[in-house]
Amino acid sequence: MIGRPPWQRWFAILLAFAAIVAFDTDDARAEYGDVVINNYSDAAGMRPAIFPHWFHRVRFRCKVCHADLGFKFKAGGNEINMVKIIDGQFCGACHNGELAWSVENCNLCHSAKPGTPTQVHESTIQKLAPAALQKK
Amino acid sequence: MAWGDEWVSLRKDGIHDPRGPAVRVLQEPEVALSKLTPDTAGNMVRWVQSLEKGEINPRANLRPDTKIRLYESDVLLNLKGGMPIVRFPHRQHTLWLDCTNCHDHLFKAEAGATKFSMLKILEGEQCGVCHGAVSFPLTECFRCHSVARPGDGKPRPSLPIAIPAGAVPPK
Repeated sequence: MIGRPPWQRWFAILLAFAAIVAFDTDDARAEYGDVVINNYSDAAGMRPAIFPHWFHRVRFRCKVCHADLGFKFKAGGNEINMVKIIDGQFCGACHNGELAWSVENCNLCHSAKPGTPTQVHESTIQKLAPAALQKK
Repeated sequence: MAWGDEWVSLRKDGIHDPRGPAVRVLQEPEVALSKLTPDTAGNMVRWVQSLEKGEINPRANLRPDTKIRLYESDVLLNLKGGMPIVRFPHRQHTLWLDCTNCHDHLFKAEAGATKFSMLKILEGEQCGVCHGAVSFPLTECFRCHSVARPGDGKPRPSLPIAIPAGAVPPK
């Protein structure tokens, strides 16, 4: 581009920039605090479950689930299964058809892309040091 | 999103299966979160302010016999470090959480008895159990490190995490 008039150079830069904007498809970004739980789902032929913290904390304080219902602060660390949920434990304390939708609506929770691993999405460590997270 | 747009729609967020039925039924983050006090990080919501202003009114218990405990004392931490002192407000934390969520398995209930480490926090332990996962992220250094040391001058503005060496002149 050396030797071309400046406007042409600027036009080329602008075109390159526009191309990046137009073709940048890397816009996937789960909401901060979204948890995917895939302890058993893939193996059972179900989509993994997604727990959106943002949706639930508008309606409930953290302690409702993390103190009263006994959810540990660890994605995938709670040994949740459908029998326990139907029995009223964990998610089943609300997802019983009275406070929130019941277990018949499988696909509303089991809504992740197949193969999505268990993790808290958009966590600081995931964004700043994904390699360190894999080592853990 | 690539340009820091505030909330991505569920069918484009990279985790929801756009072919499944849920993306047509579930509430979009933007619908709920755009009405709340805005922030520049995390969910782009100032959750504590939103709660205090009454924009949201999350339930504190499911069972009627659950004791709701609010504790209001502040604790100053990191008294000897190089960063500004940390003011930990119990009030904002117990609006959301119960004492047993942190005491004593994460922190001993005695000021100075727990050794803190930013490395542990960044790895998701101690404060990092929540901060960096659901409550404001660990890039917001000066929200916790908020109290200037004596002789430190004005409190520092909120800065992004990477402060180049030499940018702050030695005292």
